[in-house]
Amino acid sequence: MPFIPHTENEIHDMLSAIGADSIDQLFDEIPAHLKIKGLDGIPPGMTEMDINRLMQDRAAADGRPICFIGAGSYEHHIPSAVWQIATRGEYYTAYTPYQAEASQGTLQLIYEFQSMMTALTAMDVSNASLYDGASGLAEAVLMAVRANRKSKSRRILMPRNLNPVYGKVTHSIVQHQDIELVDVDFDADTGKTNLAALKPYEGEDITALVISQPSFFGTLEDVDALTDWAHANNILVIAVVNPLSLAVLKPPGEWGEQGVDIAVGDGQPLGAPMSSGGPYYGFMCCKKAHVRQMPGRIVGRTVDQQGREGFVLTLQAREQHIRRSKATSNICTNQGLVVTASTIHMSLLGANGLERVAASCHQNTNALVEKLSAINGVDCAMSGPRFHEAVLKLNKPVADVLTALAEKNILGGYDLSQDYAELENCLLVCATEMRTEKDIALYAEALEAALC
Amino acid sequence: MLIFEHTAAGRKTKIQAPETDTKISDIPENLMRKTSAPLPEVSEMQAVRHYTSLSQKNFSIDTHFYPLGSCTMKHNPRACNSLAMLPGFLARHPLAPDTCSQGFLACMYELQNMLCEVTGMAGFSLTPMAGAQGEFAGVAMIRAYHDANGDVERKEILIPDAAHGTNPATATMCGYSVKEIPTLENGDVDVAALKAAVGPQTAGLMLTNPSTLGVFERNIEEIAAVIHKAGGLLYYDGANLNAILGKIRPGDMGFDVIHSNLHKTFSTPHGGGGPGSGAIGVSERLKPFMPLPVVTREGDQYRWLTEKDCPQSIGRMSAFMGNAGVLLRAYVYMRLLGREGMQRVAEFATLNANYMMAKLKEKGFQAAIPDRYASHEFIITLKKQAKDLNVTAMDFAKRLLDLGYHAPTTYFPLLVPECLLIEPTESEAKEALDGFIEALVQIQQEAETDPDMLKAAPYTMPVNRLDEVRAARQLDLSWGSSRD
Repeated sequence: MPFIPHTENEIHDMLSAIGADSIDQLFDEIPAHLKIKGLDGIPPGMTEMDINRLMQDRAAADGRPICFIGAGSYEHHIPSAVWQIATRGEYYTAYTPYQAEASQGTLQLIYEFQSMMTALTAMDVSNASLYDGASGLAEAVLMAVRANRKSKSRRILMPRNLNPVYGKVTHSIVQHQDIELVDVDFDADTGKTNLAALKPYEGEDITALVISQPSFFGTLEDVDALTDWAHANNILVIAVVNPLSLAVLKPPGEWGEQGVDIAVGDGQPLGAPMSSGGPYYGFMCCKKAHVRQMPGRIVGRTVDQQGREGFVLTLQAREQHIRRSKATSNICTNQGLVVTASTIHMSLLGANGLERVAASCHQNTNALVEKLSAINGVDCAMSGPRFHEAVLKLNKPVADVLTALAEKNILGGYDLSQDYAELENCLLVCATEMRTEKDIALYAEALEAALC
Repeated sequence: MLIFEHTAAGRKTKIQAPETDTKISDIPENLMRKTSAPLPEVSEMQAVRHYTSLSQKNFSIDTHFYPLGSCTMKHNPRACNSLAMLPGFLARHPLAPDTCSQGFLACMYELQNMLCEVTGMAGFSLTPMAGAQGEFAGVAMIRAYHDANGDVERKEILIPDAAHGTNPATATMCGYSVKEIPTLENGDVDVAALKAAVGPQTAGLMLTNPSTLGVFERNIEEIAAVIHKAGGLLYYDGANLNAILGKIRPGDMGFDVIHSNLHKTFSTPHGGGGPGSGAIGVSERLKPFMPLPVVTREGDQYRWLTEKDCPQSIGRMSAFMGNAGVLLRAYVYMRLLGREGMQRVAEFATLNANYMMAKLKEKGFQAAIPDRYASHEFIITLKKQAKDLNVTAMDFAKRLLDLGYHAPTTYFPLLVPECLLIEPTESEAKEALDGFIEALVQIQQEAETDPDMLKAAPYTMPVNRLDEVRAARQLDLSWGSSRD
């Protein structure tokens, strides 16, 4: 019996201890007519040998195309030690650290994670993680509504240059709480939110402004001016950031005069494989003044009865298992195992390693843009500084071009016309540190062929 | 010692990052970071040793019996991990076109179908990333269904008082108010109170069956009829699905929507608190509202359904498609078990729970519901020990750690004073159960002879009881803050 250790003798002894004749008898409170006879729709069990073969075939069937897609998930090198340590049974098969004395490993690791995230973002506090970046933004919006006591409007300014699926997920999650998400347009030439687009909201009751740095287009916002504008109008600022970019870009805690109020993002670039979209993790940091409004687990350092240092889950009065219908969120788990991997990843790379990865992504994307925009029928669509993604305008619809590229084993990027009517024929590309000169040359060659 | 305290400035041992000394020069100064982030600077060996030794301070299923009630801490087969981490699966970009995703999509499609079969539901969406998110999606679908019918006066969700805390928190997030339904002493929902509470304002009922009290809800058909007759929908919290897997299906009991915690019933790892997966199943009438994306098959090709195919969907819960790697682990687990293995899960989980309850009763412990068979879990109440000996469920729990057992769930459900909620799961052998029972007997003796000793347990852990009040009052949440 797969994973069930009982012998016939043991079953017999256990039933006699219970005083039951059969295992079936233990289910006699279930109405007989509702019991099922079998599960014919489930295939018979497989041996480990057979499932190995099946899964290896399926993994291989999807090939290993050269990836130039970013759009929220990025191919980065992950040191071998990261997942070897993270999948040790003591991390992999532990539960949420409710029994602190028997969970000091996980608890200390989360404390170190929180420390690393505050270091990267230059914010005061971090939680133990949320599900992913998109749902993390939804939680940040709910948090801003609780935290901005001066605002009654529950209106949130959402830039259109934010990853569109982040907007969709936020809408799905907050729509039942009378929160209004207001689109803010971007400048077509630079991809940036400009202050003119915000002008109409000056003096209005607005709860929070979301700023995406970099934007979905890879371009960089004037974060100081946007942050100061919001604070001057009693608007909280929620930063959506790529954590890898913070190795080189100004951290949200230092934007403008006071820094942002809440910073969120997806931790995937820090040690999580692309893996079809998850598991990743969402991170959330905030100013100390807002910590009691923050959702999710938080670990604190304290002492035991003998004065020894130790770690516990803290500020639990915010959470669902205590507050029930008055909790700050229904969130229960975090993404513990991915956080474990990510903490090890950041330790192995350190600030200098992350800076080199970020600089290398930036260089490779610049090289890609240079090479591709030299092709007839390809233009760089947005001017100004960028991090590691860029928008190219083609002379024909992107979908057909991507299909042609995929046939040559190249994932050419993300078709922006799916989400933006005004970005017809526009392609979002990304070249991380994993792309070589040869990869870029292959892409250029294939793209030229696809366009002629 | 923290990893930060192993740091030495200027240590350069790294081979994990590209060899580039080029600085970024084309981004304006005011957008750049001025000083490097204060992250650890350690060698690979220092990091490996640090995180290996930290791991050794954890209890886990791989190292200890972990009978945490309502959490289903069963064995996590290693094949599930190694096969979900095949390089081809790890390297797949979530936006890769369907043409180079057929292997992955086949697994997801078959997983959806197997979950439908085992729960008796008509459709499944895999996207919710945890039980609580599955709950949110479920209640949001109930709301979308009523809204689509123009039935906008239904503002209330009914929830038994024994429910998990996520249930009421979720209802609030979906804009509903919550009315609690009392539970009878025998563990069943108070149907008379339910009938009195139900009405045109009822959007639905959220129910866990077997309940968190560890017994099967015997009046489930009557409850379903009461709710449906009032025009409400029935939500199944799948936290305890392990208890009935292969015996009875939520769909056959009349539930309209369920979430399944794949990290419980289908053995994906708990990972120190996630990532989980709260896949969500629906009856035929809720199918149009399922969260996206969902995999479909057309001919011999698989593809994602999107907003274009499902305009009434409640939308997206995650940036891509949820915790794909967790879903692959659940898929491998279900294929390894197959139809026969799946039916044995509830049988042996229930056998183990009832055996432990019978033995503990025999040793003088008081079961919260002594006259009924347990489901896959049961409750011991230590209220007598608390009154007579002044020792609490928490003292028992902490002392268990010294004896090499992870504590059961304590103080939940809230209805039972001084309770231990014990769930052994099907993968534990009789000898582990006997060892745990002996440990509880030993602690009972210690409680009688030396209660003060129990008050200060545990003794053998890296730390003993921690000052939680200090943790909450003198917040020290990161290394940086404590240096200031």
